[in-house]
Amino acid sequence: MGLVIHQERIVDKKQFIECCPFHAMEIVDGDVQINAACKMCKLCVNKSKNGEVEYLEDKVAVDKSQWSGICVYVDYEDGDIHPVTFELIGKARELAEKSGQSVFCLLLGSDVGTAAEALLHYGVDAVFVYDTPRLGHFQIEPYTAAFEDFVNRNKPSVILVGATPVGRQLAPRLAARLRTGLTADCTVLDILDNTDLVQIRPAFGGNIMAQIITPNHRPQLATVRYKVMNAPVCTAQASGKIVSCSIDEKMLSSNIRVLSVRHKEKTRSLEQVEVLVAAGRGVKKKEDLALLQTLAELLGGELACTRPLAEAGWLDGGRQIGLSGRTVRPKLIIACGVSGAVQFSAGMKSADKIIAINKDEKAPIFSVAHIGLVGDLYDIVPRLIEKLQQGGEGCDYVVQSV
Amino acid sequence: MEILVCIKQVPGTNKVEIDPVSGVLKRDGVDSKMNPYDLYALESALRLREQVGGKITVITMGPGQATEIIREAYAMGADHGILVSDRKFAGADVLATSYTLSQAIKTAGHFDIIFCGKQTTDGDTAQVGSEISEFLGIPSATNVTAIHEAGEESITVEMGLSNTVETVEIQLPCLLCVDKGIYQPRLPSYIKKKLTQDREITVLSLADLPDQSTARYGLSGSPTQVQRIFSPDVNDDQQLWDGNAEELSQRLADLLIGQKFVRR
Ligand SMILES: Cc1cc2nc3c(=O)[nH]c(=O)nc-3n(C[C@H](O)[C@H](O)[C@H](O)COP(=O)(O)OP(=O)(O)OC[C@H]3O[C@@H](n4cnc5c(N)ncnc54)[C@H](O)[C@@H]3O)c2cc1C
Ligand SMILES: Nc1ncnc2c1ncn2[C@@H]1O[C@H](COP(=O)(O)O)[C@@H](O)[C@H]1O
Repeated sequence: MGLVIHQERIVDKKQFIECCPFHAMEIVDGDVQINAACKMCKLCVNKSKNGEVEYLEDKVAVDKSQWSGICVYVDYEDGDIHPVTFELIGKARELAEKSGQSVFCLLLGSDVGTAAEALLHYGVDAVFVYDTPRLGHFQIEPYTAAFEDFVNRNKPSVILVGATPVGRQLAPRLAARLRTGLTADCTVLDILDNTDLVQIRPAFGGNIMAQIITPNHRPQLATVRYKVMNAPVCTAQASGKIVSCSIDEKMLSSNIRVLSVRHKEKTRSLEQVEVLVAAGRGVKKKEDLALLQTLAELLGGELACTRPLAEAGWLDGGRQIGLSGRTVRPKLIIACGVSGAVQFSAGMKSADKIIAINKDEKAPIFSVAHIGLVGDLYDIVPRLIEKLQQGGEGCDYVVQSV
Repeated sequence: MEILVCIKQVPGTNKVEIDPVSGVLKRDGVDSKMNPYDLYALESALRLREQVGGKITVITMGPGQATEIIREAYAMGADHGILVSDRKFAGADVLATSYTLSQAIKTAGHFDIIFCGKQTTDGDTAQVGSEISEFLGIPSATNVTAIHEAGEESITVEMGLSNTVETVEIQLPCLLCVDKGIYQPRLPSYIKKKLTQDREITVLSLADLPDQSTARYGLSGSPTQVQRIFSPDVNDDQQLWDGNAEELSQRLADLLIGQKFVRR
């Protein structure tokens, strides 16, 4: 099983190992061998014109018919359901419909009756609730234990978890406990007839997309970032049932004691903003950000930036868009002096309208922008602000709230 | 205190592309470096040792050349290094990587605190740390933004959640995934580099690990499978506007006003 190398079919070993971009092939005692750098991208198999490297499939080990349902973990903290939860429910419903399965939610917490009721307005079949003071606060060990209990009793085929600070640690602990696969930060999810979840995620810093499946294990776990999927509309009519679950309290012990909780300053996070003006290195000095700030304010939006600006300390790291920053999906984003590196674009390309101002007509940002303005931001933006100030004054096309 | 830091060697650049004609992955530059996020983990360990004393071991799973980053860790102040390497580890996904590392950690001895970085720049999952802690059966905290005090039995740290920052006391042994920016990582020292150039590096292969079942390692131990890789798609609903600044700003202003984006 795995990659099989047929030494005798390789004409030029030295040359052959070059086909691996990860240098995971080496010549040991005259034989081509694969080392621990192998990422299983199977490029060597593709390049094997004479069948030099062959990939042998695994045998199916799991009885997939025993596992059914698409489960969404409800990211709940302090009375709030994180909106990524609803987006995941939207995706879960699509997957469930396509494969004839049900949609479940798993809610862990204390006094979470209202939250459970709220979920019934989003078209789920059942909300499983573990409601006990012991789960009143996120703690990794008890939460993993309750989650495991849920999985063992209900055998969902797919589990979707928001890539929030909680989801990012809970999902891997659960996956390791269940010895199953977990794919992080999926941007596209689909399902096959055999209930295999097709998971697509950016790899190598977003330069390449990878399609991943978990063919021989159940459940299949995936995390998805906020603002990647679409939330369903909330219906007036509740549907589905609430299933209350219990677990032996002894299972909920923790080696971590919470000493104090400090609320972060409530800033409007980039994800929630409808309009963003993104500053890139085309902005020459920190003071010039004021210009873009004015533009953002005129549009009721916020200022964001690329990584170099955040690294220079011109703006707070929380304002950085991209792979190592925030993923945003505003109604409008205006990128000013941004080259549009894939790592930046990965964080904003699903915005409804993307406008880019850049003086280099070959800048990659123009391949993601809906509207590209080729020109100097220092010439365009001040004029734009002036016109918006004139045009916007006392007019009826002002929107109340977006 | 026995401190362990998990470090990984990653490609020096993320510049990879798929050749549109041949469908082959092109990768510029062959240089590798220590995963930048792991520098913060190592720095946290060094600071902790300055406070409470003890020994720092670094561990990495990868091909033979990954000893380069162990040497780098030595030059920063680490005491001991372990390379976990075997052909049978090839093709490992998150689960198999974490399991292999947890097995190697068990073999290497007892550690009070294990540090991991937030994520790697190549795997980029931010999951390996949490999975290792699960396999070791120890408590874990991620998004660790500050370390307050460490005692014989526990360590007090700050960790970030969506809306809050919690100060928590964690029983030892434990695993901490530290955030970027927790401390400024120091530079490797030339003197330390010279002093440690002959220091040994322990190499562990599958034969050294307690669990000998090959089905748990490498590709066989990996539930996830990459089916294919492809280039991200580009947007095709596009217009490029040309003109002088006056024309361009007027056109854009009209559009923004017309589509009701202007707020007052
Ligand atoms: C693993 C990894 C993760 C990363 N994560 C992120 C991330 O999360 N976010 C991020 O942003 N980057 C990230 N990067 C960095 C990314 O690759 C780019 O380096 C970065 O986005 C470039 O920022 P920029 O567009 O501001 O600067 P540049 O690439 O320098 O572009 C500046 C642009 O401004 C234009 N310009 C200059 N002057 C003017 C003017 N007067 N008027 C109009 N246009 C002008 C230029 O033509 C140029 O296109 C990451 C990189 C890696 C390797
Ligand atoms: N092959 C490896 N060897 C040692 N540590 C690793 C390895 N892969 C990941 N890690 C650790 O796990 C963290 C998260 O990695 P990842 O899940 O790949 O984003 C890294 O910052 C490292 O501390």
